[in-house]
Amino acid sequence: MILTPESIQLIREKAARYPRAKSAILPALTIAYRQVGHLSNEIYEEISEAIGVPALEVAEAATFYTMFPKQPTGKYLIQVCHNISCSLLGADSLIKYLEDKLDIKKGETTADNLFTLISVECLGSCATAPMMQINHDYYENLTPEKVDEILERLRKES
Amino acid sequence: MTFYSPVITNAREAESNEKLHLFRYVEDPDQPRIDTFEAHGGYVAWKKVLSSMSPSEVIDEVKASGIRGRGGAGFPTGVKWSFVPKDSPKPKYLICNADESEPGTCKDRVLMERDPHSVIEGMAIASYAIGCHLMFIYIRGEFGHSAVMMEKAMNEAYAKGHLGKNIHGSGYDLDMIVHTGGGAYICGEETALLNSLEGERGMSRIRPPFPAIAGLYACPTIVNNVESLATVPFVINRGADWYKSLGTEKSPGTKIFSLSGHVNRPGNYEVELGFSLKKLIYDPEYGNGISGGRKLKGVIPGGSSTPFLTPEMIDVGLDYESLQEAGSMLGSGAVIVFNEDTCIVWASLKLSHFYRHESCGKCTPCREGTGWLEKIIGRIEAGQGRPGDVERIEEICGNILGRTVCPLGDAAVMPIQSAIKHWRDEWQYHIENKKCLVKSEFGF
Ligand SMILES: Cc1cc2nc3c(=O)[nH]c(=O)nc-3n(C[C@H](O)[C@H](O)[C@H](O)COP(=O)(O)O)c2cc1C
Ligand code: SF4
Ligand code: FES
Repeated sequence: MILTPESIQLIREKAARYPRAKSAILPALTIAYRQVGHLSNEIYEEISEAIGVPALEVAEAATFYTMFPKQPTGKYLIQVCHNISCSLLGADSLIKYLEDKLDIKKGETTADNLFTLISVECLGSCATAPMMQINHDYYENLTPEKVDEILERLRKES
Repeated sequence: MTFYSPVITNAREAESNEKLHLFRYVEDPDQPRIDTFEAHGGYVAWKKVLSSMSPSEVIDEVKASGIRGRGGAGFPTGVKWSFVPKDSPKPKYLICNADESEPGTCKDRVLMERDPHSVIEGMAIASYAIGCHLMFIYIRGEFGHSAVMMEKAMNEAYAKGHLGKNIHGSGYDLDMIVHTGGGAYICGEETALLNSLEGERGMSRIRPPFPAIAGLYACPTIVNNVESLATVPFVINRGADWYKSLGTEKSPGTKIFSLSGHVNRPGNYEVELGFSLKKLIYDPEYGNGISGGRKLKGVIPGGSSTPFLTPEMIDVGLDYESLQEAGSMLGSGAVIVFNEDTCIVWASLKLSHFYRHESCGKCTPCREGTGWLEKIIGRIEAGQGRPGDVERIEEICGNILGRTVCPLGDAAVMPIQSAIKHWRDEWQYHIENKKCLVKSEFGF
C-alpha cells in the first residue's frame, strides 16, 4: 500500500458526502498527491478500491489534470508562473535566475533530489507577480533577495 | 490560521464609502471568523430570506437589481436562476465557480481567503432561490489556502446552524461540499466544470441542454462566479433599488478589478461599474501610473481572453457596454497593463501558448488551431517568420472564431486579432527584420 490508512479514511469520508462516489476522484487524487507528491498506477488502484470506481476511470481523470505530477519529483517542486502578468514583471528572468542558482534547466531536478523546477500557467496571483508555487505554498512579489532567502530556508529545513 | 493573499486592495476606501461593499472588511484579519463576520452584519440576509421571503421573491429581487455574472459572460444572475424548472422532480444543484484561472484574474481568491462567509451566505441564498439542497464550491486545485479557509468557514456555518437540517427552524435543509480541482483553465467553463465535478475529464459539453435544465448528474444546475454570489446578500439586505443606484444604468453595481502588469500599484480594486479605466491605471489611489516611468503601450481590460486597447482608447468607462463599444470586453475584470517595452509578438506568444496548453481537445478548430497559432507566432518571435505569416494567423483566427464547442476557442483568438489590428507594423517589422522592434527583457 502506498496510501496511508489516514489518507484512505479521508478519501472514504469525502466520497461518502457526494451523491455519486465518482465525483470524489479529484479530491481523492488531491489527498494522494499531498501525501505522496505524485500519482501513479498503484495509487489509481488504491483510490479505485477505496471509493468503488474502476481504476481505469480514476486514471482517465487523473491524466487530464496537469497539476498532479505523474513521476516522482524533487522534495520541493518549484512551479514558476510564466503567464502574461508574471512575464511582464520578469518571470523569464526569474526562471533563468532559478536555473542558475540550482544549476539545472527547467524541467530538471537537482542532483541532491531537493528541487525540481518547472513553469506553469497563471496561478491566480497576477497582481502580486512575479510568483511561484513550491509544493502547496505560494510565494509572491518575488525579488532575487526573496528567492535566495526561500531557497536557503528550504535547504535548511530539509 | 488566518491566511490571506498579500495583494493590495482598496479596503480602506471601501470602509468609508457606503457604495462599496465587497471589500469593506477584507483587510480585517478576523473577518474569516464567523463571530466577526456576524458582528459585521453577516448572515442577516440569509435569516431574512429564510424567515420572510419566498424563493420567487428572492429571484425577483436579484433580477430587479440588474446584477450580471462576474465570471466573464455577464449574464443577468436573477434571469439565470429563473431558468431552473420549478416543477422538476429532480434535485437541483448550485455550484460556486471558484476555478479562477483566466490570466490576470486574482479577485475570487481574495474573497475566499479574507471573507469566506460572504461567499457561503451568497451561495446559501442562491440555493434557496432555486430550490437546491446540496451546494458545491469548485475551487481550483492550486488554491489550497482558499480551500482551507472555505472549509473552515463551512464548518463554522454548520456549527452555528446556518447550514444543515431545518435551518433556523425554517424547515429548509442545505448541505455544502468544498470541492477542489486539478489545475485546468477549461474547468472554469461551466460545462467542463460539470464534467470535472462528476469525476470525468474536464471537457466542455455541447449545449443545449443548458446546465439550468440538465447540468450536474443531468439535474438542473446553476453555476455562478464567487463575486456574483458574494454580492447577493447585499442585494437582499439593502434592496434592488440601492444596488441599481450604483454603477451605470445598464451595468449596475460594483465590480472588483484585478490590476496587474506594468503599474506602480498592482492590486484588486472594487469600484462602481463605469469607473474610468484611465483613472484606475493612473490615479495615485489605484494603479498610480506606469511603472519605471515608462509610457503605456496597451491594455487588456477584461482578462487574457479580451481584445487589447491602445492608449488612445483608455478614456473609457469600465462597464459592459462602454468596453464593448470600444472594441473589447469587461470579461472577468482583469486589467493587464503593458508598457512601451513590450513586444507585441512576444506578448501574443505568451497568450497563444496558454490557450494551446489549455484547449481540452474536444473540437478540431480549437485543438488544431491553437497549436498552429502558437507555432506560427513562435517562429515569428524566434526570427524565422515568413512573408504571409500575419495573414496566415488571421485566416486561422477566422476559422476558429464562432466554430467551437465552448468559448475558449474565441478567447484564444480575440486578443491575437486585436494585437494584429493595432500593431500590424510591428508584426511586419518582426518578420522582415527577424527580430523584435522593442525587446521585452523584464527583470524581477
Ligand atoms: C474557458 C473558460 C474559462 C472560464 N473560467 C471561469 C472561471 O475561472 N471562473 C468563473 O466564474 N467563470 C469562468 N468562466 C465562465 C463560466 O463558464 C460561467 O459563465 C460563469 O461561471 C457563470 O457565472 P456568472 O454568471 O456568475 O458569471 C469561464 C468560461 C470559459 C469559456
Ligand atoms: S473550444 Fe477548445 S476548449 Fe472548448 S470544447 Fe473546443 S477544444 Fe475544448
Ligand atoms: S499571470 Fe502569473 S499568476 Fe496570473
